[in-house]
Amino acid sequence: MDFDLSEEQRLLKDSVERLLGDHGSFERRQAHAREPDGWSRRLWARYAELGLLGLPFEERHGGLGAGPVETMVVMEALGRALALEPYLATVVLAGGLIRHAGSDRQKSSLVPKIAGGSLILAFAQGERQARYDLADVATTARKDGDGWVLDGEKGVALHGDSADRLIVSARVAGTRRERAGIGLFLVDATALGVTRRGYPTVDGLRAAEIALSGVRVDAHDVLGDPGKALPVIELVVDEAIAALAAESIGVMAVMHEATVEYLKTRKQFGATIGSFQVLQHRAVDMLMALEQARSMALFATMMVTEPNAGERRKAMAATKVQIGRSGKLIGQQAIQLHGGIGMTEAYKVGHYFKRMTMIDILFGPAEHHLTALARADGLIEA
Amino acid sequence: MDLRFTPDEIAFRDEVRAFFRSSVPDGVRRKMIDGRHLAKEDFVVWQRLLNARGWAVPHWPVEWGGTGWSPVQQYLFLDEMQQAPAPPPLAFGVNMLGPVLIAFGSEAQKRRFLPRIANIDDWWCQGFSEPGAGSDLASLRTSAKRDGDHYVVNGQKTWTTLAQHADWIFCLVRTDPQAKKQQGISFLLIDMKSKGITVRPIVTIDGSREINEVFFDDVRVPVENLVGEENKGWDYAKFLLGNERVGIARVGVSKERVRRLKQLAALERDGDRPMIEDERFRERIALVEVELKALEITQLRVVAAERSRTDKRPDPASSILKIKGSEIQQAVTELALELVGPYAMPAPQEPDEGSNEPPIGPDWAGSVAPTYFNWRKISIYGGSNEIQKNIIAKAILGL
Ligand SMILES: Cc1cc2nc3c(=O)[nH]c(=O)nc-3n(C[C@H](O)[C@H](O)[C@H](O)COP(=O)(O)OP(=O)(O)OC[C@H]3O[C@@H](n4cnc5c(N)ncnc54)[C@H](O)[C@@H]3O)c2cc1C
Repeated sequence: MDFDLSEEQRLLKDSVERLLGDHGSFERRQAHAREPDGWSRRLWARYAELGLLGLPFEERHGGLGAGPVETMVVMEALGRALALEPYLATVVLAGGLIRHAGSDRQKSSLVPKIAGGSLILAFAQGERQARYDLADVATTARKDGDGWVLDGEKGVALHGDSADRLIVSARVAGTRRERAGIGLFLVDATALGVTRRGYPTVDGLRAAEIALSGVRVDAHDVLGDPGKALPVIELVVDEAIAALAAESIGVMAVMHEATVEYLKTRKQFGATIGSFQVLQHRAVDMLMALEQARSMALFATMMVTEPNAGERRKAMAATKVQIGRSGKLIGQQAIQLHGGIGMTEAYKVGHYFKRMTMIDILFGPAEHHLTALARADGLIEA
Repeated sequence: MDLRFTPDEIAFRDEVRAFFRSSVPDGVRRKMIDGRHLAKEDFVVWQRLLNARGWAVPHWPVEWGGTGWSPVQQYLFLDEMQQAPAPPPLAFGVNMLGPVLIAFGSEAQKRRFLPRIANIDDWWCQGFSEPGAGSDLASLRTSAKRDGDHYVVNGQKTWTTLAQHADWIFCLVRTDPQAKKQQGISFLLIDMKSKGITVRPIVTIDGSREINEVFFDDVRVPVENLVGEENKGWDYAKFLLGNERVGIARVGVSKERVRRLKQLAALERDGDRPMIEDERFRERIALVEVELKALEITQLRVVAAERSRTDKRPDPASSILKIKGSEIQQAVTELALELVGPYAMPAPQEPDEGSNEPPIGPDWAGSVAPTYFNWRKISIYGGSNEIQKNIIAKAILGL
């Protein structure tokens, strides 16, 4: 049993935190949001220089061969900085699909570009009717000669508007919501038949609605075995949940720290409001929620590599329950204990609260995963 | 003991219900159902319709336009209005300043301002809070110095709701800097067109513009705009803050929101069934309904007790209504957020002039997350829930 970071992991943590400390302040973040992409290309280049973008990929394909712990370290730092960049979309989601489903040839051609920062990717998976059901895919892929033709509509694709290429899930066989019959396809975002409508999300990040109409995909742009993609999608979404859990720890920690700091400085009735016991207890409740969430983020990081998919899925559901509940408590109380200031756009806490709220929604909120976990008989065997 | 309303009360309720059904402008009703912001014009048009019917200020004395209704009738009116849904008459004038003027204002002030409040000819805003004086309102520092037949006002108010629309602001100002905190405060009416007033918007976390900072730089206010006596403003402020016993819980608002939630849950599908058929989701709505029913009856108990009260001091039970009411309203926004699912994520689009682009996701989705964020304010303003609990501990429990 060892919860400590290795020497190398600590170095990674220090350097990411230093980079984001220098370039990712809240004020800069707000300025970055106003850039054309809604995030900073320059910061992205720094991520590349630091090796963050190639982190989880194998060295033989141009990556750094790091594991889930390194991803956790980076995501927590991105959470603290409330980063806008498409790390989750490009490296964790699309990158994960490439790692687990791509051929050696595909990896050798894509990974260097991802790692170098020149290729932005997005995962176009969700559909309007699907909610959180990963098997609910109505978009179709029809065989046409050597290649495929895609038709359908994808929704809320994270950073789908600035992506150069999209990884699209589409049905090659079967009916909607059938587990079998889903494939993954690499599509140029500017290909004929692709229409994107990008927009900001309520947390200040970006997403897109994507319509596919007779989009041609060459055989060499099929990712993995068409028809058998769902287990890979589930695995990658679980990796994303573990990553989001780590991000949420950064987000929650900042809200908690800001609140405690405010309790120590804000004066009313001739005393710092932190001297009121009811607020002390509230700050303690927030701390406990944060620590419980941190433990589950660590659990998720360790369970991401669990070979038994059922156990892995349950661990991620449990994690999502905990971070969703902790995040809601911490976010709501952070606003409440700041009073009017907490309600303002100009102050950072509200933005962390909004990001936390979106993290809960992504891949299903706490209540959704609570049902799923209960249906899967929970964590302790009877 | 009888929970039922009398036949007369039911007839009354049906009458106001019919009025709301036929009179609330469709566009306004639609905006409220969709959770969108109302424009100044929406408030004005509607309040004038109400005033024309004689119902803009039902709780005022009859001589100033009140209806003489019983507390139960007042309650039924408000409940029906909230459920319609219809916008409430502008609280700053109708519920806050009006009763203060009636109780403490001069005849001239009453004659000058009350009819204009009822008809919303003047838009009032509330200048109480300051950057350094929120929960501890009595520590306010905006000063008013007597200079001949004027006061000269300097300082800053903040969080001032809808000051951008306001013609007038009622302020608490410090007139005696030497006196003990609560004792040097006066209640002043200030024309927003006065020289030296600057209004600066504060954008809230949901991106909306409803609050402001208001700066006073040597603003000259005629002494005739002092309400009551100099240095007695704190008493009037306490009267104002504790005044609204009925309606503070916004039970009717929550009923309307729950009804809407259930309608939407019947439309929004999860897999092959509507969300309303999800047992757990339905249970969680039901739990809110239980809490809401309990609150409604608690509120009716306060209304009934009011009939027999002789003193006019605020009932500390209204703090219970405020806390529970805010918790329920916020709980409903959480359920709505969960109902929309992933389409809670797109930020609502500013409708472009002439654009016919459809909204992203279901057409009701856009306001859901912003409302969840915005309604966090309900447990902060009007005396935060922590402050309300302090009041209950002290005034009800004697702790
Ligand atoms: C959207 C919005 C609209 C508003 N509109 C108006 C308006 O139109 N006019 C106006 O005058 N004001 C308005 N307000 C101001 C509102 O009344 C204040 O925000 C409120 O009184 C709290 O004051 P504060 O923001 O300074 O927080 P603070 O008083 O600094 O409180 C910070 C935190 O400390 C807690 N706290 C403070 N004292 C105690 C205590 N003794 N015991 C336990 N906990 C305590 C509070 O509950 C809160 O959680 C508005 C506020 C908001 C958010």
